[in-house]
Amino acid sequence: MRKNMSAMIFVSVGTQLPFDRLISAMDQWSGNHPDYSVFAQIGESQYAPKNMAFEKNLSISEYTDCFNKASLVVSHAGMGTIITALESQKPLIIMPREFSRSEHRNDHQVATAEKFSHFDLIDVVEDTASLFDAIDSAMKSAGEKTSPRLEVSGALIQAIESVIDSA
Amino acid sequence: MDERNFNGVKKVLLISSSGGHWIQLSRLVPRLESCDLYFASTDKSYKETVPDGHFYYIQDASRTDTIIKIAKQALQVLITLIRVNPQVVITTGAAPGFFAVFFAKKLGKKTIWIDSIANVWEISMSGARALKHADLLLTQWQHLDSKVGAKYFGSVI
Repeated sequence: MRKNMSAMIFVSVGTQLPFDRLISAMDQWSGNHPDYSVFAQIGESQYAPKNMAFEKNLSISEYTDCFNKASLVVSHAGMGTIITALESQKPLIIMPREFSRSEHRNDHQVATAEKFSHFDLIDVVEDTASLFDAIDSAMKSAGEKTSPRLEVSGALIQAIESVIDSA
Repeated sequence: MDERNFNGVKKVLLISSSGGHWIQLSRLVPRLESCDLYFASTDKSYKETVPDGHFYYIQDASRTDTIIKIAKQALQVLITLIRVNPQVVITTGAAPGFFAVFFAKKLGKKTIWIDSIANVWEISMSGARALKHADLLLTQWQHLDSKVGAKYFGSVI
């Protein structure tokens, strides 16, 4: 079947810990939507996807390439993915890792996701059902959402410069 | 002889573990153009993305790894510091950043720790440990200003 390459979904869960709940959910979604191209970076996840292409880890240029090609990104609440999505104006669905499900050492991803949920481009979900709903609505509103350009704080740069100047 | 380059440009080493820490650190690069920048991280593929290829690979390790692996990383960081001989070290964490500020301070360098924006509730454990070795410890969350000695001047985003 011809894949809809203009609607590639990039899935990323970082390199440190498994996130089988998200990887298996996206594999299930991909199986139900064979006309969409889904590519996943699965890291330490144990679940082996059957319906979507995947790699364990990506080099930084492969990672950037996936972002450029993607029309939607689905990920854990990792800062690398969140910043890259906002920099490249890609819609991002975040499923934070939960401590109660042994997905991380604590619940800091839930806190991170909550702090970034106000961005138009970002949607935070907590389970498979809400993930699937979020993908549906992201596909419908493709290209419509934007978020303000990210800026490094001027005061932060000044604080750094004053230390550099004193060296 | 003075450590700085003949043209007076300051040498700065930017070091962190890979992933989100690195992406936050990278956001400073366009704003530090007046410095001679060197980079170190735990992902070899970053070499191709840094200006002038000034990149040093550091073996990955975290708190949960064996003491031998962590000690090897610490040694690699120390060797990198000696080879680059920067005047300033800037890190966003985690383990390689801690070793960098720890050794750099002892070598008489200026050190800056920028705690990752992922640390929403409290300063990271490595950041808290880095405090006494850092000339400047920054948090990226206003509500953490003044917590364990961290200062808030905004974030990298």
